[in-house]
Amino acid sequence: MSPILGIWASSIQPSLSAGSFESIATVTVGAGGTSSITFTSIPQTYTHLQLRWMVRSTYADVTSWQNMTFNAAFNSGTTGYVDHYLRGNGSTASSGFENLQNKINYGESTGANSGANMFGVGIIDILDYSNTNKNKTVRMLDGHDQNGSGAIFLRSGLWASTSAITSIYLGNSDYSANFAQYSSYALYGIKGA
Amino acid sequence: MAVTYDKIATTTLGSAQTTVSFSSIPQTYTDLIVIINAKANTGGVIGQLAQFNGDTGANYSFTYLNGNGSSASSGRVTGTTNQAWADLAGSSTSPNTIIAQINNYSNSTTYKTTISRGSDANNVAQAIVGLWRSTAAITSILLFPNSGIQFASGGTFTLYGIKAA
Repeated sequence: MSPILGIWASSIQPSLSAGSFESIATVTVGAGGTSSITFTSIPQTYTHLQLRWMVRSTYADVTSWQNMTFNAAFNSGTTGYVDHYLRGNGSTASSGFENLQNKINYGESTGANSGANMFGVGIIDILDYSNTNKNKTVRMLDGHDQNGSGAIFLRSGLWASTSAITSIYLGNSDYSANFAQYSSYALYGIKGA
Repeated sequence: MAVTYDKIATTTLGSAQTTVSFSSIPQTYTDLIVIINAKANTGGVIGQLAQFNGDTGANYSFTYLNGNGSSASSGRVTGTTNQAWADLAGSSTSPNTIIAQINNYSNSTTYKTTISRGSDANNVAQAIVGLWRSTAAITSILLFPNSGIQFASGGTFTLYGIKAA
């Protein structure tokens, strides 16, 4: 069976939930993995978005960085992404910065060489995603522990664009790697008053 | 219509208590969030610990990141019998808030990873990632301060479930 080249999750209209925090769409990776995940046609009726994830990569290492773009796929030429992070790796606290890249690093997952059943997890908040008067701010918390290795991250990201976010593209930093089976992403919308 | 972000249970302590537990956790959600606002009933800052499903074996580990107002540090504990979520405020200070998030708690395929943040303005800002090396679905959570210390009266502990589409 050929591997799935990508999973596209169209928005599910909010018929499954009520209130200020609503589920928009969910993706769980099946056998064979997938190279990318995309949320499209994101409703513009919320104030903020939250993306909750659990990922293991097929990248041949114990870690793999995960990337995100808005409204355009990786390597489409879009730039204007910036991110900072504060990292604890179990022995040292450190910080990093990426400026004017073509993607945001939103998380570090486990990789193919990690122990079985180990996944990285994270939560991404995209604030005022539909506002066309603001650049887009992203707040991220992620990490993985592998009982002897691992890291915890606090991150902030910027997409220097006032465009409303209508789609989110997610993939491995190493474009040849896939999201492994059982990886999952769940997109939620948060309504303001 | 189904609720996406749902309060499952809450406890407010009427007296000092050694443990707080959430049991018979419904398996109908996708993620769990535990929000704690509490402090220890004696002494200084102490670790806030957790166990799942009554597992007291050395099946836990965690990696932490601390900022104490003058420096940032990181450390790790491996192969231990409990998982730290954050430091708990000492008895002479105000309660602090700890938020722990457990994604995909009910699957029976992956190990369970918890991400927590602790906010103790008198002491430290923290983020911790913890691993429970079990593929079992989480059905109960036991919370307790380190070293046999008790939670002070008035502490609140709330369990939420988040349900994906």
